[in-house]
Amino acid sequence: MKNTARALLGAVVASLMTSTAFAEKLTIATVNNGDMIRMQKYTDDFTKKTGHTVEWVTLEENVLRQRVTTDITTKGGAFDIMTIGMYETPIWGKNGWLVSMNDLSAEYNADDILPAMKGGLSYDGTMYAAPFYGESSMIMYRKDLMEKAGLKMPDAPSWSFIAKAARAMTDRSTETNGICLRGKAGWGEGGAFITAMSNSFGARWFDEKWNAQFDTREWSDTLNFFVNMMNDAGPPGFATNGFNENLSLFQQGKCGMWIDATVAASFVTNPKDSTVADKVGFALAPDNGLGKRSNWLWAWALAIPAGTKKEAAAKQFIEWATGTGYIELVAGKEGWANVPPGARTSLYKNPNYTSVPFAKMTMDSILSADPNNSTVDPSPYVGVQFAAIPEFAGIATEVSQEFSAAYAGQQTVAEALAKAQALTNEAMEAAGYR
Amino acid sequence: MAREITSQRKTINTVAAWAIGLLIFFPILWTILTSFKTEAVAIADPPVFLFFDWTLENYSIVQERSNYGRFLWNSILIAVGSTILGLLVAVPAAWSMAFVPSVRTKDILLWMLSTKMLPAVGVLYPIYLLFIQLGLLDSVLGLTIVLMLINLPIIVWMLYSYFKEIPVDILEAARMDGATLKEEILYVLTPMAIPGIASTVLLNIILAWNEAFWTLNLTAAQAAPLTAFIASYSSPEGLFYAKLSAASTMAIAPILIMGWFSQKQLVRGLTFGAVK
Repeated sequence: MKNTARALLGAVVASLMTSTAFAEKLTIATVNNGDMIRMQKYTDDFTKKTGHTVEWVTLEENVLRQRVTTDITTKGGAFDIMTIGMYETPIWGKNGWLVSMNDLSAEYNADDILPAMKGGLSYDGTMYAAPFYGESSMIMYRKDLMEKAGLKMPDAPSWSFIAKAARAMTDRSTETNGICLRGKAGWGEGGAFITAMSNSFGARWFDEKWNAQFDTREWSDTLNFFVNMMNDAGPPGFATNGFNENLSLFQQGKCGMWIDATVAASFVTNPKDSTVADKVGFALAPDNGLGKRSNWLWAWALAIPAGTKKEAAAKQFIEWATGTGYIELVAGKEGWANVPPGARTSLYKNPNYTSVPFAKMTMDSILSADPNNSTVDPSPYVGVQFAAIPEFAGIATEVSQEFSAAYAGQQTVAEALAKAQALTNEAMEAAGYR
Repeated sequence: MAREITSQRKTINTVAAWAIGLLIFFPILWTILTSFKTEAVAIADPPVFLFFDWTLENYSIVQERSNYGRFLWNSILIAVGSTILGLLVAVPAAWSMAFVPSVRTKDILLWMLSTKMLPAVGVLYPIYLLFIQLGLLDSVLGLTIVLMLINLPIIVWMLYSYFKEIPVDILEAARMDGATLKEEILYVLTPMAIPGIASTVLLNIILAWNEAFWTLNLTAAQAAPLTAFIASYSSPEGLFYAKLSAASTMAIAPILIMGWFSQKQLVRGLTFGAVK
């Protein structure tokens, strides 16, 4: 009996020592988005399963981008896992700054990741970040206002229908704007929207020799169409509106249509914050008859900086957070409408999830975006609403500033395009592309 | 002869001062009010000022989500630490410039001030690399040193201005009585410059408390102060204004209370030597 007790005690001590020896403290940098905050809430589940603990560093998107870029380029090692997007992943992967995700376990089932997401988070066939959630963009519209205007929204509308509907739904006396779109300067704000829209008009950022294309008819058509429609049916001051400003307008019933991130669907249908929660319909982002829609593709993904001393524990966390088990955990606690969307094929085969109102449209939107073939004419870059080259963020921010100035009436569309053409070519020449 | 101020003019001055004061305070008041609104009310158009259902929900969410105590403690350590460290360097420096000036003293003072004109981001990478080498990344000590160095020109300038007001004869008398340099600074100069030192300390604590570039860029999970706490509540996708306002109110509350209680010393110190 005494020996049995000793043996048991020894086993307990040994097990404690083992778990202590392998328990790591992971520092994870992430963004303040709803799904990320929810993940932080369930970290205990990961700790319970692995013994590893987690320290979260939550930052606003732009601050996070600057912070993790500084750290990874200097090999600072401040973070064991970084939340990055589709823009950074292939660039950082190419530079050898990230750990490959090709060796995740068989149980993780990496083949279940949506091909569009996997493709956008890979470089040269190697996946460098695992998608936590993915998004595209789509139309969210007021069914009651559409009906009042005597129109019916098709599942896959054209830009001409959208412009017609926007003008018909506008009622300045009740501050109802037919359409709300991003006009705010910034490559990830208005820049992302207009680039995705330009794809459907047959425009592209660069030709195959990296020459800027803002002097083409396609870009002129895109910008003129946007400005005319927004002046007629958009909210006042749309040149400074981004995601949050439009979300706020839509939730207060001041927008007939809003084309933006699919993740917004859960916000506008939430009766707690939205006054129009029960009146919202969804449709694919519009096209212009050229075979490309104006929806983008984005993923917030988890990546491990090369050189980390905690690679094994970090991979365990990534498998936990981006695996199917986590989806089931959230579904069990908060319902299927709150699981991270857009990352796994199996989610869209799950009848529990496909019954969520915006699930199908989100999936269709994601599937219709192809980052490797986003433009009508061939282009040398990967990315739908961006070109995955390091110089793009800086150039696109300046270009979107010129565009926003045109939206605000501070210069003409032609002037904005001419400036965009000149500054882009200059920057590309300085960077050695031309 | 002093000008006589009529009661009408006095009233106008008082009203104008209050109006300007309220105008300056309004953004803070609005932040505090927003922190008690729901996200839907926070974005209401037209904006709702006072008549809404007040809620503590945002404070409860912030408390649940973040370790406020740790951020607060880091802020206190960094702000107080950098101020004390700064004083240790600045008092002797200001003494020498005020009482034993050289021909280059004015140039040195201007050069020190000119370092404040350099955009911080210009030296981010060198400082970051240095911190990696020294193992100071995400440490309270590292941040204390950086904030001390950043605010040092202002501390030296302020102390220099106060010291210049003190008659040099008093220090000479102390020296003739056999006081050493240390005794002269500690027992003669410092007590006379207490109002100036107090306002320098207060201003430096406020500057260090509010510093948001280095505190965000040189920290991760361990040494992050309240500026990082605020930054974690801003989001480009989703409504966050009410929660951000609650976080901001919690972050500014300690320094606001400190400023309120010490405003007399602060104003006295800041206007020291301004009116002769």
